[in-house]
Parts: sequence; structure tokens; C-alpha cells
Amino acid sequence: MTPTYYLVLAAALFTIGAVGVLVRRNAIVVFMCIELMLNAGNLTLVTFSRINGGLDGQIMAFFVMVVAAAEVVIGLAIIMSIFRSRRSASVDDANLLKY
Amino acid sequence: MPTHILADVAASGAVTTGEAVTFWILAPVILAGAIGMVLARSAVHSALLLACTMLSLGVFYMLQSGPFIGFVQIIVYTGAIMMLFLFVIMLVGRDSKDSLLETLRGQRIAAILLGVGMAGLLCTGLARGVGAVTAVGLDAANKNGNVKGIAAPLFTKYVFAFEVTSALLITAAVGAMVLAHIERRKQDKVGQKETSRLRFAEGNYPGPKPGPGVFATSDSVATPALLPDGTVSERSISPVVPVRELEPAEAAPKGTDKGLKDT
Repeated sequence: MTPTYYLVLAAALFTIGAVGVLVRRNAIVVFMCIELMLNAGNLTLVTFSRINGGLDGQIMAFFVMVVAAAEVVIGLAIIMSIFRSRRSASVDDANLLKY
Repeated sequence: MPTHILADVAASGAVTTGEAVTFWILAPVILAGAIGMVLARSAVHSALLLACTMLSLGVFYMLQSGPFIGFVQIIVYTGAIMMLFLFVIMLVGRDSKDSLLETLRGQRIAAILLGVGMAGLLCTGLARGVGAVTAVGLDAANKNGNVKGIAAPLFTKYVFAFEVTSALLITAAVGAMVLAHIERRKQDKVGQKETSRLRFAEGNYPGPKPGPGVFATSDSVATPALLPDGTVSERSISPVVPVRELEPAEAAPKGTDKGLKDT
């Protein structure tokens, strides 16, 4: 076994997250799939940090976590305000810009 | 040395047997959690499965000589972000099920085909590009401990990015407050007179809603109240409380009381 296995696992996780974003209709679940994709990216960064023998990858993963935390706060606030006005958390119902 | 016990677990770049065993135990857990998250009908189940995946990923970070990032993963992701998700799910309503109706025809098939293709491309690309690489390992970088090793470049080389993240976090906090705050205008306030008028308006029953029943047979909140004509009042029970009736198979004796069975 080599560290490449971690990279393949991260690729699989990223793909599952991408398919989830395309398939699911619930805005919260779509958001969770995006978090999964960010986590897959983090696993890649940490693995490459170990392969290359520097800690820069781990620092980048740390920054990704900070940005993910900020993004979750804003995203969930947007979902809440859409839910408040439309009584629905489905991404299909948020089509006001269409008309 | 006690300062970097965890860093020594997988010290060198080579993969030890213990690490391989942990990988093969946790990798199926991670994949099952991720697939289950996409497939689960209820958003609460999705959140819990994702928390399980993130915990296992935290173990992987520690395994790859990154104990600091592993603990941050557990504290920030499973501790803070997933709990925020659960809060919002509880606010938005946990019974909001996904509709299985497809808005665009064939979208699901197309998405799955796209996913399979992307997984194939990424995996073959990684296998061919990186292959059986010999990792350098973080022995040298972690020689003063992982936390000190991360702190040194974070506060020298990456100090500007670190400062910018503080601005980002403050902006996010202010943005969330602006989005979540509701300001009521003074003229929107409903006074006592208007409330009373609305209550006795045409088409509104002014009395309180009937409460759930307290009868000789049951005092459960799931028991609906009876109207004067003996029919069940649907308004008296919450839609969240599921109507639960025992199936004949569930109500039958289970045969666990061995002593009484013979008599």
C-alpha cells in the first residue's frame, strides 16, 4: 500500500459529493455534499503534504477549513431566509429569478 | 517524547502495517457514510452519516502525521459545522422530505454517468501520474512537534493569508446576522384591537383549538379529540406526531416470558 490510496479515496469522495449536488433537491443536503467535496480536497492536501515532506499542505487544509466554516454560516443563513419567505428548502422552489 | 506521540505513529513516509489496517477498516466506513448521505431520504440521517465520514477523515489526518489538523477537523467540522447543520435542519423542519419527482428528465441517469466518468478519469489519472510513489514523510518537518511545525510557516510565510481569514470570518459573522435578522416595521405590529377583530372575523372560529384527548383508554398527545358528534378532530393533533398503530404481529406476545408461557 502507498499513500496513493488516500488520493484515490479522496477522488471517490469528491465524485460522490458532485453526484449528490446534481441529484438531490433539498438545499441542506446539497450543502452537505459541497462540504464532502471540500473534505475530499483536504484529504488530498494532507496526503500530498506527506508525500512531499512539507507542512504547507496541512496549512492549506487549515485555511480550507476556515473558509468552509465561513461559507457554511452564510449558506445556512441564506437557506433560512429563503425558507422563511417561501416555506420550502427545495432548490426547485427558489426560481424567482426565472420570471 | 510526550510532545509528539501521535507524530511518531506514522513517522516515516512508508506505510506501516498498522496504518494499512486502519486504512482498510476506515475507508469502507468513509465511503459508506458518503454514499449513505447522498441516498438517505431524511436530512437528519444525511447529517449524521456525514459526521461519521468526517470523524473517520480526522483519524486519517492523524494517521498521516498531522495530529493538529486531525483534531481541528474533529472540533471544527464534526463539532461546529455539523451541529450548525443539525440546528438548521431542526429549524427548517425535519419532516421536509425530498421530492422524488425529476424536474429535468433523465437528470439522475446523466448525473450518475457523469460521476462514474469523473471517478474513472480522476482515479486513472492519479494512478498513472502519482502511481506507487515513495513518500518523503514528515519526520524532518515534525521534528519539533507538529503544532510548532505548522505555527512557524503560518505566522511567517502565510501571515497575510492568516490575517485575511480573520477579515473573512468577521464579514461572515456580520453577513449571517444581516441575513437572519428580521426587522419589523412599526406599522406592521398587530395591536390588541386588530388581533381581536381578526379573531372574530368571518370564517374564523374564535374559541381555542381542541386539545388532544385524555380518555379512559389513553392520555397520549397522539390521541385526537372527539367532536360533539363523535367524529375525530384532525385539528387537535400535531402533524409532526405520527399516527402509530400496533400491527397484529407487534401486539402479539413475543414469547420472552418463559415462565408464564406454560401456564
